[in-house]
Amino acid sequence: MRYSRLVSVEHWKRWVWSFVRLVLIVGLSFLIVYPILQKISTSIKDKEDLYSPIVVWIPLHFTWDNFKQAITIMDYWETLANTFALSISTTILTAITCALAGYGFARLKFKGSNLLFAGVILTILVPPSTILIPVYLNLKDFTLMGLIPLLTGKSANLLNTYWPFLLTALTANSLKAGLYIFIFRQFFRGIPKEVEEAAYIDGAGIGTTFSRIMLPNALPAIITVLLFSFVWQWNDSFFTTTYLATGKVMSVQLASLPYNLSGITDGVSSRSDPFYLSMVQDTGILLAILPLILMYFCVQRYFVEGIERTGIVG
Amino acid sequence: MKSIRKPRLSKMDYAQKKALWGFIYVLPWLIGFVIFFFVPLLSSLRFSFSAITANSDGITVKYIGLQNYVEALTINTSFNRVLTESIVNIVVNIPLIVIFSLFLAVLLNQKFIGRSVARAIFFLPVILASGVIMNLESTSLVQAINDASSGAKVVRSLQSFELEKLMLQAGVSGWGVDYLTGSVDRIYQIVSQSGVQILIFLAGIQTISPQLYEASKMEGATGYEAFWKITFPMVSPLILVNVIYTVVDSVSSNEITDLILDTGFTAFNFGLSSAMATIYFLAVSLILLVGGYLISRKVFYYN
Repeated sequence: MRYSRLVSVEHWKRWVWSFVRLVLIVGLSFLIVYPILQKISTSIKDKEDLYSPIVVWIPLHFTWDNFKQAITIMDYWETLANTFALSISTTILTAITCALAGYGFARLKFKGSNLLFAGVILTILVPPSTILIPVYLNLKDFTLMGLIPLLTGKSANLLNTYWPFLLTALTANSLKAGLYIFIFRQFFRGIPKEVEEAAYIDGAGIGTTFSRIMLPNALPAIITVLLFSFVWQWNDSFFTTTYLATGKVMSVQLASLPYNLSGITDGVSSRSDPFYLSMVQDTGILLAILPLILMYFCVQRYFVEGIERTGIVG
Repeated sequence: MKSIRKPRLSKMDYAQKKALWGFIYVLPWLIGFVIFFFVPLLSSLRFSFSAITANSDGITVKYIGLQNYVEALTINTSFNRVLTESIVNIVVNIPLIVIFSLFLAVLLNQKFIGRSVARAIFFLPVILASGVIMNLESTSLVQAINDASSGAKVVRSLQSFELEKLMLQAGVSGWGVDYLTGSVDRIYQIVSQSGVQILIFLAGIQTISPQLYEASKMEGATGYEAFWKITFPMVSPLILVNVIYTVVDSVSSNEITDLILDTGFTAFNFGLSSAMATIYFLAVSLILLVGGYLISRKVFYYN
């Protein structure tokens, strides 16, 4: 009798805990999803539903007008193609160079490699705004240590081109690249040395060992870095709005959206309804993050599992 | 004799070859580090001690000593305020984000129905929390109207008001009450900044061997005790990682970086802007050093 009561107390405790957990998780999930849901609801509303007190989530007058407006203002399809091209190219270049550097730091020790790795840590820690101005001036008069004026007679202005992003990606110094090098280094350190030695005894050189043995083993790390790098490049407003101020890229378009919006109502900004503008703005944000969300739900399984094995932890 | 010597020789060669290849592999990064990081860092430091005038011939840099720093700290009207605000904000948010993400990682590690969906949703902020989107969101009028009309804001502020009164009556210090209710009000900010941290903690929890929990259960430990005696010490190295990540993540874009950019690119006062950036960097490294020191004293390493 006593025994069964004890069991039931345990049972009761577990039930309460799972209830509390359910409430917490559902509540917090709602908090995260809420802005997205609201944007979806706003973007399909008609103008007249804005002031209607009975419309909260589901609109009475369903319309695609907001989407049409936002697409024309943001020049959406061109922007989308540009952003994709920029993000994919920098992502792939960053992943390659960071993997090389990470492997070099993890396994191919040379004199001073620890000192250089301290440099990697420094790039993670220094706020980007500290070095932004010199880099900006440098890119405006890009000489590559006097090489470019030698060839063409004058320095190149790389602002408002994709070169700053491609060059930094090519040299593993793009946005948050220090973090990716760190991830790769930790991961490669986790792969047993014996694997490498076996490959060497079988006659594989260092390049072959890296490309045929280490890289396939590092797939989780590669996926994590690819995803982080793609998403952060896509969303980055800090560098993109500075280097590519007039470019047709998603984050630049988003940043100038409030300004561009004021032009949509016959050019007379005082006549335009701020709520309507805000509605179109929300639609624009939704359009900007929609590709990312779709992509995320396709790959989130790899994302969640991938990082568990990347060895940031180790 | 020869057969013994030969492998040793080739091993030497292998080590040298490895060193050479290591340098080659690191070389792209090294070039970029020098061009896009180290030289700019030094010239940022130099700019902060100079007056910079830009004209048609380019820029001229004139050494003026500490004048920019003096101007940033004593003359500029907003720098001190914005700097302290940002730093206080970061310092206040660190413990909240770390505790919250550890708690959620523990939750998401338990087995329940719909766990993979919940995980997918909780990592969504990794994608969504970015400068522009957050900025525009805070200015969204439609959202503000909806919040107001649904009464969400009123209810929320009422709740934390009630809570505040209750806790003050219970004798909790005023500072602690402000901190807690403030964190309730900022829950969205905290949730949206802790995606990566949850991932890191979750990964760490999953590397703890289940035998430890089994043994503790045999000895009669409750789940609460198991958390403090097993989970917490085992993930404590990751607390350090997460504190550093949180700081690095939150310094990259806030009001102070906006101010630095404005001074540099709108007012074209590069010298002052560099001085501000240097002060900011020093402040951030101070936080990292103090935080890292305090935490690394408590960190437990398994091996």
